Amino acid sequence: MSLLGHLSLWLAFLVGLWGAITGFVGGAQHRPDLQQSARNATFALFGALLVAVISLEIAIFRHDFSLQYVAGRTSRNLPTFYLWSALYSGQEGSLLFWAAVLSLFGALTQLFTSRRHRAYLPYVAAITSLVATFFVSVMLFAPANPFQRAAFTPLDGSGMNPQLQNPGMVFHPPMLYLGYISITIPFAFAMAALLTKKLDADWLVAVRKWTIVSWLFLSIGLLIGMWWAYVELGWGGYWAWDPVENAALLPWLVMTAFLHSVMVQEKRGMLKKWNLALVLGAWLLSIFGTFLTRSGVIASVHSFTQSPVGYFFLAFLVVAAIACAIVYIKRLPLLEAESTLESVVSREASFLFNNLLLIGLAFSVLWGTLYPIISEWVQGVKVTYGPPTFNFVNIPLGLVLLFLTGIGPLIAWRRASTTNLRRQFAVPVTVGVFMLLILLVAGMRELGALLAFSIGAFVFGTVFQEFARGARARHRQYGESTGFAVLQLLSRNRRRYGGYIVHIAIVLLFVGFAGMAFKTETEATLRPGESAELRGSDGHLYTFTHLGISQYNALNRQVTAALLDVRRDGKDIGRLRTEKRQHVDALGNPTFEPSTEVGIMSGLRVDLYVVLAGLVNGTEQAVFRFTINPLVWWVWFGGFVLVIGGLIVLWPGGVVVAVKGSKASPAQAGYAVKLEAER
Amino acid sequence: MSEQLSRRRFFALAAAAAGAVIQDTVQAGRVYDPQRAGRAQAPITSADNDARIQAIEKKLRCSCGCGLDIYTCRTTDFQCTYSPALHQDVLRLAGQGKTAQQILDEFVKQYGQVALMSPPREGFNLAGYFLPGVAIVVAAFFLLRTLRRWTREAEGAAPAPATLPPNATPEELERLRRELDRLPG
Repeated sequence: MSLLGHLSLWLAFLVGLWGAITGFVGGAQHRPDLQQSARNATFALFGALLVAVISLEIAIFRHDFSLQYVAGRTSRNLPTFYLWSALYSGQEGSLLFWAAVLSLFGALTQLFTSRRHRAYLPYVAAITSLVATFFVSVMLFAPANPFQRAAFTPLDGSGMNPQLQNPGMVFHPPMLYLGYISITIPFAFAMAALLTKKLDADWLVAVRKWTIVSWLFLSIGLLIGMWWAYVELGWGGYWAWDPVENAALLPWLVMTAFLHSVMVQEKRGMLKKWNLALVLGAWLLSIFGTFLTRSGVIASVHSFTQSPVGYFFLAFLVVAAIACAIVYIKRLPLLEAESTLESVVSREASFLFNNLLLIGLAFSVLWGTLYPIISEWVQGVKVTYGPPTFNFVNIPLGLVLLFLTGIGPLIAWRRASTTNLRRQFAVPVTVGVFMLLILLVAGMRELGALLAFSIGAFVFGTVFQEFARGARARHRQYGESTGFAVLQLLSRNRRRYGGYIVHIAIVLLFVGFAGMAFKTETEATLRPGESAELRGSDGHLYTFTHLGISQYNALNRQVTAALLDVRRDGKDIGRLRTEKRQHVDALGNPTFEPSTEVGIMSGLRVDLYVVLAGLVNGTEQAVFRFTINPLVWWVWFGGFVLVIGGLIVLWPGGVVVAVKGSKASPAQAGYAVKLEAER
Repeated sequence: MSEQLSRRRFFALAAAAAGAVIQDTVQAGRVYDPQRAGRAQAPITSADNDARIQAIEKKLRCSCGCGLDIYTCRTTDFQCTYSPALHQDVLRLAGQGKTAQQILDEFVKQYGQVALMSPPREGFNLAGYFLPGVAIVVAAFFLLRTLRRWTREAEGAAPAPATLPPNATPEELERLRRELDRLPG
């Protein structure tokens, strides 16, 4: 199977090159035969890479330890669930996974792109094939070949890193990869629009959908990654501003900016240059993130090992950035705005400021991530740009951005009158101020949290007001009940109201983040029967009683488990178990250092988070760390709401929003009908 | 004589010690295989939970390469041998009566600025802290200026107001104005 896989990689390399060449030449010379060949090449590329993926999976499931990759990432006793994820748990396999998924997206784009966007397809085929071919070439020449044979075949493999043996890690990398990879499609359409000079509004429609797909996958990937860090790493948090986390956040921020500014282009025909720059920038940042993750240039807890792969990505990034810049600059004269801004107090302007903040935040995260290198270059001093610095710099920016999240929907397009502003802001501002006063009276003095909760209430007020007004209008117009009217709003205007749901999700996430300001923790050494007490920020006193230690063997690990009885204000609320796991191979030999499994009791107000640090002198006397994390549940719930909102936006159907310069606006037509109905 | 133990006192202490040993045996018996539970831990002391010590340790980076601060590393990665040693260094320096800043300075002297979780707010490092914020403020200023210029240009280039449609009555226009005002955005 390894030979078949290896041959498939070579076939994919050649087919990908062919697809890229025929796509570019066929597009430039308007030759249908070459265009068709480029299209066919995308399917052949996917087929070849699918064969490679299947070959590697078969090798993994057959425990073919003659392959370095299989021997280094799996063992005979690795649970089947994690055998699947072994495909992308290492550098080489993840490159293959990346290339295969990109080729799948490339093929799907060729199959499902609507007829009116067909002109872009040869270039889209060329670009997706070229990028996939680059990934294949990294595997073949870097070298990072998953089918590389080992010098000898061991009896058993080294096993998978225990921290990767978590359900979160089965879903987190593919989701993140799907997000990263699918950015190539909007990028390919944007480049195709630039190359074909067909820069009317049509390319936007194709790009927007794919950008939402990428944004959604990246969001899910980031959220599952946060959840994994929380339940698996044991430090009691979910975001540590690690370079690899930051690398995923950068394109997410840029795509979020695009998803807002694209509305300005759709409605007013403005910001064409800016929108194209955002799409190109998001893709370049995704490659930059891949470079950061795989080069080892910046120390990170979960980057791949330092390898020559990084140089390939750096070279690719530089060449791609230059190519993008040349094409973009050459086409700038074709990207003039169709209309001008009429007022600074308008939704267009508010979206511009929203974009400024999002891009500023992306720059800030990038700056912080690279600052240790920059400092070494400039002042010759190594420094650490840790979470306290990131928080100091980015929390104020995040709060301003949250505030703008509320302001955007309140300001009218074109020009907002004073009456309009007063009418729109009255309720949300009242809600925000009311929340601030309640919190101050309740004794909260943490500035960041006060602002987060108050601004969050303001944003919630704006969204509630939008839904209430829309539902009331439908009730007046069609006599619908409130619940049905809200459903109709969501169903008929998915982009707008789905977007509002995403805004609610952002509020929930900020509420969860702010809760961490009130975290309490303590360490204790307990014999069985002894208790430790810790007061949570919810005002309750929690008592943890150590019940004892048990040791037993599981499939691929030897477990040392501590059981604790938990009481809140003296009332029994359940038990928590936290473990130490020594992973072993099929022969019983330890494969990694013992890892920790956190015990978590999650609630709406607080999470009880217990970590078994270890045992004292080999006895049942154990050292524990107890942490009470407020409002963490809301982070996961916010993530869930965000995904629901994103899906509503993405779901096909609803009222078609006309793009400026393409058709008459159905919204205007609808408005005329409404006026007519009132006569 | 006062420094010597009386026989009664000696037996009392011996009995207490024996009791403690028995207590340990009964309530904290040996586990089957201690190796499985990772590195043996020392019992937590009050100094380990001291908020002042924790605050200092949260400002210092563990040198094991994890990227975490000393406190988080020593309470998370229980196989790390660096963070417990660095923790002992902090305790030792605190025991010598040094202030938090003096302890941080000691670490910088020994390991360089990389030992701090945040670079000192001086010199070039000010750019590390404030460049993004300043860049955003400057960009916002220029954006605002550009927007104002655009709006002025738009006003200058605006065509003469269109004549009213002949079939629109003042009532209809008033209703249109009301409706436009009602539009959320």
